[in-house]
Amino acid sequence: MYAQMIKTASAGVKSREEMTDQEREFQDKIDNDIKIEPRDWMPDDYRRTLIRQIGQHAHSEVVGQLPEGNWITRAPTLERKAILLAKVQDEAGHGLYLYSAAETLGESRDELVRLLHEGRMKYSSIFNYPTLNWADIGAVGWLVDGAAIVNQVALQRTSYGPYSRAMIRICKEESFHARQGYHAIMKMAFGTPEQTRQAQSAVDRLWFPAIMMFGPTDADSTNSDQSMAWKIKVKSNDELRQQFVDQTVPQIEYLGLDLPDPNIKWNEERGHYDFSDPDWSEFFNVIKGNGPCNVDRMKDRVAAWDDGEWVRDGLLAHAQKKAAAKVAAE
Amino acid sequence: MKNEWPLWEIFIRGQHGMSHRHVGSLHAPDAEMAIKNARDVYTRRNEGVSIWVVEAKHISATAPGDKGPLFEPSESKIYRHPTFFDIPEEVGSM
Ligand SMILES: [Fe+2]
Ligand SMILES: [Fe+2]
Repeated sequence: MYAQMIKTASAGVKSREEMTDQEREFQDKIDNDIKIEPRDWMPDDYRRTLIRQIGQHAHSEVVGQLPEGNWITRAPTLERKAILLAKVQDEAGHGLYLYSAAETLGESRDELVRLLHEGRMKYSSIFNYPTLNWADIGAVGWLVDGAAIVNQVALQRTSYGPYSRAMIRICKEESFHARQGYHAIMKMAFGTPEQTRQAQSAVDRLWFPAIMMFGPTDADSTNSDQSMAWKIKVKSNDELRQQFVDQTVPQIEYLGLDLPDPNIKWNEERGHYDFSDPDWSEFFNVIKGNGPCNVDRMKDRVAAWDDGEWVRDGLLAHAQKKAAAKVAAE
Repeated sequence: MKNEWPLWEIFIRGQHGMSHRHVGSLHAPDAEMAIKNARDVYTRRNEGVSIWVVEAKHISATAPGDKGPLFEPSESKIYRHPTFFDIPEEVGSM
């Protein structure tokens, strides 16, 4: 997902007998759906895992602006340009809500950004794929934000109060993202043969990267048990992926496009669509930094940070000077 | 990194004449910029008609551990609620 393969900091789920009184009290709150708030006691591993997960989620929102930003100046109409700008601006806001949530755990935003820029934290694999034609922008809003919504709706119930509230706020804004995307790709799919071809190409290229967003299969998601017990994670990767596939296949069919995977088939017995696994070696390779755009994405983020330094410093120096003058005048 | 902007807590009054409500936080060099940023981040969809910003370090709060002594005493004072009192129907609404 926007947070994939978060290593849960934990030596394994403890039984109630193994827990200290404090840990038991903490687990009881979680089991009773009482939110954990910033100044409440929490196990160090809970805090560490949350910082990793929320931090990675925040980085994904911010880096996720790049593939779409790529098309702002080339949107086909002024209206589409305004919509895309608004959408990308929302993503900046999502990054901010999430960095704020991480900050309540005692990790500063600048520190998280530094870890990202040093390659010590990650963002979602999906943003390492390029947006090659205008239909890709539709497909990103519809499929990528659509996948993110499936995950984020579940995370509204996460145990950490500030994270849960950030998710609720984000979900309110996300359905605009998915709908504007589907609306854009509808125009393409129902357009000229060349436009239809581009829409098909977008779906074919982005389908597997989109379903990879949910992370490895449950069998390969070692140590997610603790995250589930802590309700940092609410549903398993495979559960979420299935939910996404089930809701998306009919939407592809409505567009009149070919399904991007010949094995997609309704399974009457399971009550779900069957589908092929993505190429997991590709996924792990992208995570490692070898996707088509990893290098560019990091280069752009670091440049944006470095190029903005004089503005950050200048505004702060100005504020400090004004504050000092005010004190002197009093 | 060295020059981090301070953290501000943001309070917004919604459309309907309600009190200002905490909506989140953000970084800004000063109050003026905090208000500008809050407008951009927290009111893009008609969420508000007024913004308050307070630098986070100026907020004092109760400690989670004080929850019991502070808030439990009111649980036993049920006579503070109007439903505690049975008033005969003949008296009319009260
Ligand atoms: Fe987002
Ligand atoms: Fe989004």
